Amino acid sequence: MTDLKNKAAKKSGFNRRDFFRGSGAIAAATALQTQTADAFQDQSPQIISGETTITLNVNGKDHQVKAEPRTTLLEVLRYQLDLTGAKPVSSDGSSGASTIFVDGKPMTASTILALQAAGKKIETVESLGGDAVQQAFVKYDAEQCGFCTPGFVMAVRSFLNKKPNASEAEIRSGLNGNICRCGTYANIVEAAISVAKGGN
Amino acid sequence: MKAFEYASPRTEAEVVQLLSAEPGKTEILAGGTDLVGLMKKMIVTPDRVVNIMDVPTLKSIDELPDGSVSIGATVTLDDILAHPYLDVYPAIKQAIRGISSMQLQAQGTLGGEVCQRPRCWFYRNGDGLLSQGVAEGANEFHAILGNSGPAKFVNSSRIAPALIALDAQLRVLGPDDAEQFVPLAEFFRSPQREGQREHVLAPNQFVSHIVLPPIEGRTCATYEVRHGEGPDYPLAAAAAALRLNGFGIVQDANVVLGQVAPMPWISQEAIAVLRGRKVDVALAEAAGEAAVSRATPLSQNEYKVQLAKVAVKRAILLAAGYETGGF
Repeated sequence: MTDLKNKAAKKSGFNRRDFFRGSGAIAAATALQTQTADAFQDQSPQIISGETTITLNVNGKDHQVKAEPRTTLLEVLRYQLDLTGAKPVSSDGSSGASTIFVDGKPMTASTILALQAAGKKIETVESLGGDAVQQAFVKYDAEQCGFCTPGFVMAVRSFLNKKPNASEAEIRSGLNGNICRCGTYANIVEAAISVAKGGN
Repeated sequence: MKAFEYASPRTEAEVVQLLSAEPGKTEILAGGTDLVGLMKKMIVTPDRVVNIMDVPTLKSIDELPDGSVSIGATVTLDDILAHPYLDVYPAIKQAIRGISSMQLQAQGTLGGEVCQRPRCWFYRNGDGLLSQGVAEGANEFHAILGNSGPAKFVNSSRIAPALIALDAQLRVLGPDDAEQFVPLAEFFRSPQREGQREHVLAPNQFVSHIVLPPIEGRTCATYEVRHGEGPDYPLAAAAAALRLNGFGIVQDANVVLGQVAPMPWISQEAIAVLRGRKVDVALAEAAGEAAVSRATPLSQNEYKVQLAKVAVKRAILLAAGYETGGF
């Protein structure tokens, strides 16, 4: 436990709470960005409110986008960068239709704030043009209405990256984060199996 | 979503400084898999969101000098699965595998999983945590134990039962550099009035680490009863941790049920049945019976009594190294 205690004992000389007390708390919080007196200013957290411009690295390119704290990554991708592959379906991530890769890991863009994604490597389904998974979805007719498809393509790609020779049972359980309301699971699994067998 | 301020502190002290002492004003954001959805539905409407994902000290899994393992609150579930130190706690890995969604495992954090809000559909539809509607009907997924008070939802955490069975402690930080260690067994509570949280922390305290004591010869397991193999939450679950002597006699036991009460439910009845006895199928079954002996099902969830009983039985058998049979 000593390690943890030592960690906790380290504290910066700058006490933000005192600053809040002396300055009318939350109303003045944005002013924090401009205060200059403190030596630790570079390390102190910015409090962001309202729209700001951030840089997002999407599919290998940096983009300047505008985001409020409440703007989701999905909204930025779809409505500012015109990357409409990831879909807004469940709004809480439970459908998996907004699945993208963040630093290589599958995540749902609908439950990530755009500001959280700054500085991370974001990949969308648009980056998988020509990928074996995309081709297999076409070949095995793995979509009906198509809304869940981009999320499933990303999920299959991600799962097979981790387990290239996955069995059918592993694929079925690996795709548990995605839902298809049309129920075209059989074809999706077939497509995934074909890629696993092809070794891509 | 209501507009809010956003801050991404770099140190634990800064996190505390950014939190308001007033309930509902600030929320802690980690993976976002629960909070962002709740904010979209305006069920949670903070003035400020404090993202703790950029605090380096919250991100690591460390072995402490006494053999305990400390897991930072923002360690993701897939990182726990991949971590070799944690193989000695199979109950935790089994619970995480049960979550099964790759996205939840990659994005979700241990702190967030433990602190997630109830999945009660009355709550998620804006009727509040203590909706009167629960007693009237549509309560098939609600509590069968500890439901005599106003709270009838079930605690949704799938890892907390295992953590409690293993005597985990939470490292909690608060104002004025206050650091305390709270046994997870004492962390949850059943809210008595609307607006009260499901745990005992003040609004300006937060969970920084989860500390697991050394396994020291104990065995453990989690067993979930699910509707199918899909992504839904289990209908009932149990975690068991056992210390057996050389003859297979239970010297010490912990049995914690999930998804059956407003908090993870420590079953003293099941523990009493196990102590001093040799684990076999009959004993595990008796412990399951004991665990639900005080169940008070609501109008539509009597079926959960049987499922909870089976979950306890199978968690115990799994922990003791028996085959459990079936799914």
